[in-house]
Amino acid sequence: MYPADVKYTKNHEYLKPLGDGTALVGITHYAQEALGDVVFVDMPEVGAKFKAGDEFGTVESVKTVSEIFIPSACEVIEINGELEAHPEYVNEDAYGKGWMLKVKLDGGLNSELLDAAAYEALVSAESH
Amino acid sequence: MPELLKTPLNAVHRALGAKMVDFGGWDMPVQYPTGIINEHVAVRTKVGLFDVSHMGEIRVKGPQAMAFLDWLTPNAVVKLAHGQIHYTAFLYENGTFVDDLLLHKIADDHFLLVVNASNVDKDFAWVKKHAAKWDVEVTNESDATGQVALQGPLSIDVLQPLVDIDLSQIKYYWFAFGNFKGMPAMFARTGYTGEDGFEVYCPAEKTAWVWNELMESGKPHGLVPTGLGCRNTLRLEAKMALYGHEIDDTTNALEADLGWIIKLNKGEFLGREALATLKEQGLGRKLVGFRMLEKRDIARDHMDVLVDGKKAGYVTSGSPSTTCGFNLGLAYVPISNAPLGSRIHVDIRGKACEAEVIPTPFYKRAK
Repeated sequence: MYPADVKYTKNHEYLKPLGDGTALVGITHYAQEALGDVVFVDMPEVGAKFKAGDEFGTVESVKTVSEIFIPSACEVIEINGELEAHPEYVNEDAYGKGWMLKVKLDGGLNSELLDAAAYEALVSAESH
Repeated sequence: MPELLKTPLNAVHRALGAKMVDFGGWDMPVQYPTGIINEHVAVRTKVGLFDVSHMGEIRVKGPQAMAFLDWLTPNAVVKLAHGQIHYTAFLYENGTFVDDLLLHKIADDHFLLVVNASNVDKDFAWVKKHAAKWDVEVTNESDATGQVALQGPLSIDVLQPLVDIDLSQIKYYWFAFGNFKGMPAMFARTGYTGEDGFEVYCPAEKTAWVWNELMESGKPHGLVPTGLGCRNTLRLEAKMALYGHEIDDTTNALEADLGWIIKLNKGEFLGREALATLKEQGLGRKLVGFRMLEKRDIARDHMDVLVDGKKAGYVTSGSPSTTCGFNLGLAYVPISNAPLGSRIHVDIRGKACEAEVIPTPFYKRAK
């Protein structure tokens, strides 16, 4: 539930570096569980540039809507078009086929991102 | 923060892996591991089981029980037969809602009122206060009473093998007493989902056993435990009002589109005068159903309704609809925008999103 090759935000987004200056962005397993069944993901255009912490879209679940924020400064180079037909991928496989954006990182990684252990501690504090 | 109240099924929900939430002070399951959509579909196509033990039960007995309740509530109690149920309300003098409720007529001198969990104390105090002038006895049996709701087209198949009465003889919005595997219980053919179903009333301490027996009997029929999440999407499709959303102490029964429970001609009742005046004057706003025209726009509770770019009303409930396949909601709009086909806009995070007023209920089961 907290893969080690992924960095986390306190808002429950993740960033998964791919090793070539690009990364995948999505919401964590914990976030999808809290939201419940995801029915729509509103995503930015390819080419959009963001600073760390910028809102980049929204996730609508049956229950509620949630804003989603960029973990680290970047430019969007691809969006996961599969989510339009299959928003449930976010629930089924948050770190895999439920990815939302592929981005080109702009400079180094945001130093405020959490590693798996720190994120796990955050989540366990929130859920108790 | 005060400790959350627990139903007799609290441990059962946790063992089933339910996600629990604070629901009006109650620790209740919002969904089980399969998720709201699966639970919603199960109720529409097969059968689901809800814990509704948090609901309140108020018993009214005595020689004047019928006359008292006919005065206290707007629907015509005197027209009910023994074993019949109707939907009604407690109203303030000005026609707004104390609560909505189901009223069960057991005998002329004996009624059971089933009220919303979050309003039990307020409702009980309300009934007690007004009962003082009548020869009736009012008791709050909420804590001692367990209640589960079996909902969906296969409900009768799940429940019938466990009881000693012929459930097919109970009509919709009627109830009967019988035995559940030897234990006396009350079976009401009612629900809050728009489907056929039964609400089973039993002693609180027997609720977990009743739940488990139903789960077991339901296995071959695809029964799943169902939580408050799908209860909300199901009731919204069926356009059933939810206290705190469509109705509360700021909305009157006529504008809430509940005129059918207001029997102005039956004689005096609490709130009658205000409602008669409102009816004569005409309403300024009305509760309507709408659908969002863009697939991606989802209206949510409390969002503003815009007419000509200005706030003119508000969304009381909004959600994607699994059964209908579009995003829908209920909203108070000016009476001029209430006719079917009217276009309104919902302010979704600063964007005016177009919606159309459409007929309700959004979903109606085939009879």
